[in-house]
Amino acid sequence: MKTKNIFIGLSLLAIAIITLGSCKNEQRKVNDEVAINESSTKTILEKPVLKGYAIGDEATDFKLKDVNGKMVSLSDYKDAKGFIVIFTCNTCPFAVASEERIVALDKEFKPKGYPVIAINPNNPEVQPDDTFVLMQEKAKEAGFTFPYLFDESQTVYAKYGATKTPHVYLLQKEDGKNIVKYIGAIDDNVRNASAVKDRFLANAVNELLEGKEITVKETKAIGCSVKQ
Amino acid sequence: MKLLSIILYVFLFQSCADKKADLKINETVSEIAIKENLSKGNQFENTKIASLNFEALQQKFFQKKTDSIYIINFWATWCKPCVKELPAFEKIASDYSNKKVKVLLVSLDFPDKIETQVVPFMKNNNIKSEVVLLDDADANSWIPKVSPEWSGAIPATIIYKKENRKFYERSFTFEELESELKIFL
Repeated sequence: MKTKNIFIGLSLLAIAIITLGSCKNEQRKVNDEVAINESSTKTILEKPVLKGYAIGDEATDFKLKDVNGKMVSLSDYKDAKGFIVIFTCNTCPFAVASEERIVALDKEFKPKGYPVIAINPNNPEVQPDDTFVLMQEKAKEAGFTFPYLFDESQTVYAKYGATKTPHVYLLQKEDGKNIVKYIGAIDDNVRNASAVKDRFLANAVNELLEGKEITVKETKAIGCSVKQ
Repeated sequence: MKLLSIILYVFLFQSCADKKADLKINETVSEIAIKENLSKGNQFENTKIASLNFEALQQKFFQKKTDSIYIINFWATWCKPCVKELPAFEKIASDYSNKKVKVLLVSLDFPDKIETQVVPFMKNNNIKSEVVLLDDADANSWIPKVSPEWSGAIPATIIYKKENRKFYERSFTFEELESELKIFL
């Protein structure tokens, strides 16, 4: 009887050990799956399709219609030191989330010589929310203090290489030319202004104002693709 | 002796279960069940929306070493070209399901829109592919990790099989997606 008990006891112990073992195996499998493999991030490069400006390029001037009906060019701003050119639109959630910040940037930097110039690059036939009339409503409703231009021929955004809204190009006047100094995002948190840690664009403008080299020249952000 | 063994057994089983639970928490996955009949099996099955930060997404879905081809599409319900191309991805997933092709739809919708927009969208459009929410605000830090070529515009797609990987910042028709997929088959 005693030996039988010991036998049962040992069997149960064996089962317990097996169970624990299989549990460990399962964990190892999961760990394998989550292991970071540097080589797997290797990308087969597509043929280069990226066009548009790089840092240091001269940006083209343009003549585009503002929501008030007047035509606007960079050359109209004789006293500006540069420009914060932002491709944006009426309803893209990331553009809408950025509206107040864009107004604040204009208020902060226009007096310092870097006004905001907003441009809607979208084709209203593809994106019906981005017609000129709706742009006028948006500018009024959101209290835009800067020109909100319509890239009706869709040529300006293409030259700049803007792929999405919002997409920022910071320009500085140098010897009568507008040189691209920063490309990318407004800051590091499009969704939540109060959680922003790094104001990429504002930092870049401040560095230009101080005559310093811009530390972060290019950043990335999620945005709505330009509707062609 | 017998009793002791049972206690030991229960104890070991318990500790194992705890470890599994910990693992799940570590993955920071919060799950919202959208169907009550959670079916087992296919890991890319559409039964829930997991919310992940980029690191968790990358670890979970970007580095699989199986023989399957993974098609990972970045989209959002508010992105018109994304919504327009979703049927192509769904059709690929169903037409090639027996050829080890798996589709994952990574939503970039705002987290507070999951229940009001994403889940109803999936139901209304009968989306079968697995959908996860990428909830990671600092896009500047993770966009280049998806691909150095990515400007951040969506839709964007990765196709990979083991070490081979291609990135696309563009929209697809079914035929276009199929011809890209065939490179990996």
